[in-house]
Amino acid sequence: MNFLIGFVIFIAAILGVAIFLILPWQGMLVLLVLLALWMLLTRRGRQTASVAAVGVSTLTQRLGSSAVIVIGIAGVVAVLVAMLAMANGYSETLRRTGSEDTAIVLRGASSAEVSSVLEHDAAVVITQAPGIVKDDQGKPIVSPELVVAANLPLKGGDPDKDFGSVQLRGIGEQAWKLRPSAKIIAGRKFEPGKYELVAGKGAQRQFAGLEPGKQIKLGNQTWTVAGIFASNDAMDSELWADAQIVGPAYRRGASSTSVFAKLTNPAAFAPFKAALGSDPRLQVDVTTTLEYFSKQSEGTSKAITIIGIVVGTIMAIGAVFGALNTMFAAVATRAREIATLRAIGFRGLPVVMAIMLETMLLALVGGVLGGAIAWLIFNGYTASTLAAGTTGQLTFEFNVAPSVLWIGLKWALAIGFIGGLFPAVRAARLPVTTALREL
Amino acid sequence: MKYLHLIWAALFRRKTRTILTLVSIVAAFLLFGLLDAVRVSFADAGKSANGAERLQTGARLSFIQPLPQGLGAKIAAVKGVKDVAYVNWFGGAYQDPHNQVFTFAVSPNYLDIYPEVTVPPEQRKAFDATQDGILVGELIMQKYGWKVGDKIPLQSQIFPDKTGSKNWNFELVGVMSSKDQKAFQSQMIMLHWKNFDETTPYNQGQVGWYVSRVNDVNQSDRIAKEIDALSANSDHETKTQSEQAATQNWVKQMADIGLIVTSIMGAVFFTLVLLTGNTMMQAVRERTSELAVLKTIGFSNTSVLGLVLAESVLLLLLGGVVGLSLVSFLAPILTSRSGGMITHASVGAGSWAMGIGLAVAIGIVIGLLPAMRAMRLNIVDALAGR
Repeated sequence: MNFLIGFVIFIAAILGVAIFLILPWQGMLVLLVLLALWMLLTRRGRQTASVAAVGVSTLTQRLGSSAVIVIGIAGVVAVLVAMLAMANGYSETLRRTGSEDTAIVLRGASSAEVSSVLEHDAAVVITQAPGIVKDDQGKPIVSPELVVAANLPLKGGDPDKDFGSVQLRGIGEQAWKLRPSAKIIAGRKFEPGKYELVAGKGAQRQFAGLEPGKQIKLGNQTWTVAGIFASNDAMDSELWADAQIVGPAYRRGASSTSVFAKLTNPAAFAPFKAALGSDPRLQVDVTTTLEYFSKQSEGTSKAITIIGIVVGTIMAIGAVFGALNTMFAAVATRAREIATLRAIGFRGLPVVMAIMLETMLLALVGGVLGGAIAWLIFNGYTASTLAAGTTGQLTFEFNVAPSVLWIGLKWALAIGFIGGLFPAVRAARLPVTTALREL
Repeated sequence: MKYLHLIWAALFRRKTRTILTLVSIVAAFLLFGLLDAVRVSFADAGKSANGAERLQTGARLSFIQPLPQGLGAKIAAVKGVKDVAYVNWFGGAYQDPHNQVFTFAVSPNYLDIYPEVTVPPEQRKAFDATQDGILVGELIMQKYGWKVGDKIPLQSQIFPDKTGSKNWNFELVGVMSSKDQKAFQSQMIMLHWKNFDETTPYNQGQVGWYVSRVNDVNQSDRIAKEIDALSANSDHETKTQSEQAATQNWVKQMADIGLIVTSIMGAVFFTLVLLTGNTMMQAVRERTSELAVLKTIGFSNTSVLGLVLAESVLLLLLGGVVGLSLVSFLAPILTSRSGGMITHASVGAGSWAMGIGLAVAIGIVIGLLPAMRAMRLNIVDALAGR
């Protein structure tokens, strides 16, 4: 019999957690309203409320052990939220780089810009495709670009040894019109035809010597840093220079790696793609930049999310047992009190509900605390990694979005749910006479 | 030692509480073991006696820039260089263009530079004899279930053949293996550089990077400088560093693994200290009268202190050992599931020592407060329940 009840509770716990984790916030709100109504309108609900009120009011006397639940859960939520915020920030940065109305053209079967080569003739053909926006002078906004990798000394490292890889993008004048988000924030644009470049603000943070007016060495050539630009996306991690200079410097001639095109509207993409696909002079893959950059982030952000969930789960197991311990102790010290309640006519359900409410309240505090810690420390925190599909460091910011915080809060409540359920049932099932005789 | 049964009895005085606490501790040390295994696996990348003997020479401009083939002979002539091999990045993918497999086109003597990689002699001979043969690392063989003799189609993400198609066909002629699957060749595919160079119109005798083996590790720095001096002020300046340094540079660029691991572990152990500390406080509080009895029958203040401290250390050690043992059991699964991201994740002697050290340290930290309380206990007050 005991085993059966234990089993039923176990199933209930699993189900409860599953529901918590799936439920959208609207569902949670409905549950909350139902609970409040039940507590206000029914007799048992009112009993629950009064028992819970007693429990909550004695919390201050058990500050130490209550803190275990709060801090244990805060730890889990902080780590989980930080990891999810990292994954979120990474994919967000790449997704922002793309849009539905710009297309990227790569040589067929190239998974990334760096592994693609488009000859000059091909780039010219692509320029004439339909659906491309024209600028004031009637020139199509198309930008053939040449992406290469450059080695630069890292900031704060040994300038002879600690080199990092940065992506150098050779661009033409149209590139600025194609990416209106890219703005010069210091210095000026590079002058075409000169060994000059502009650095993204992410790259500037990462590498040494990228200050306006300074000179850097790439290979055996000296380049002048003309200015710094910001575009708040993956491009921030790059260096931009004139494609006519980058090509010869990297022995790539007039070829490019990719062609970007600004389309009149998202609907123009399908005919644009069809036109290039049917052109016998070309063998290219056409995608919207949104799809291209989202795909680049997929693997890495998935990996970070999985690591976060694994670490979070192991920590959550620890926290669940901590909560169980505390609540068992709390129930044990209040055994007489609970038995008295039941002796004077309170039923089992209000007792169970009250203890659950108390645990979940502590869990909620822990969840909010953990989320707040993660938000304070990590929101906007800059990190960098070698991005998949590029040859350079990608700088990105942790993004503690509301959706991430919400997930953290749900985990907190789920931990509180399990941690409270078993002690609550034990309190309700303890024979009244035994409990009254205890101590 | 003679008090062990007493400590043990005190520890399991409240079975539920101790077991619940133990599970929390096990979870914390499980996490510690896993993360430390990952950290060690990254920190050890390229760190082997053989790795220090090898120098990598790549273009200073960027690692994707090729070098002329003629440079090889000049490097071989540098004093102290035993052997020089050259390698090109092939950019292979299997089945799906996004399913990347590390594929290198290598010179015939490449394997001689990596003595830790073993290929059965007859397979090596078969590889040397074929034009389109490939050698495949054992982990990749396992992953895709290939057999020697299979025809393997690979897509190159970069290089088309003469007809413009990027689908290459190879014959699997041999397997590369290494002790503990530690060498990176265990997850790599190797094809003939000659085959590669002749099939694609885009390479034209260029080399991705050179790997040279030196006679004396202590001469490495001088040799590296001399190799770089060979092409100074040319249009293909080089940068030479030991394989170890090169790998570590890559790992560092991937992510600051050490920092991530340390901050997660900080959060975990902070939580653990609070949680277990609370348990110990409870345990001592409810045993006040028992401790008073112990003192009455002659236990000194310090031995009571020792008893309580030993109890908390024992609790942590129990949890720590169980947790780390669990990692030893889980690590091989982690290695195989990570798809080559993490190699050789296991709990080494270093991790064990650190884990046990941490357990003892945390045990002392959390035991100290309750133990002091027990030590200062006034017998009369405690027995009277004041």
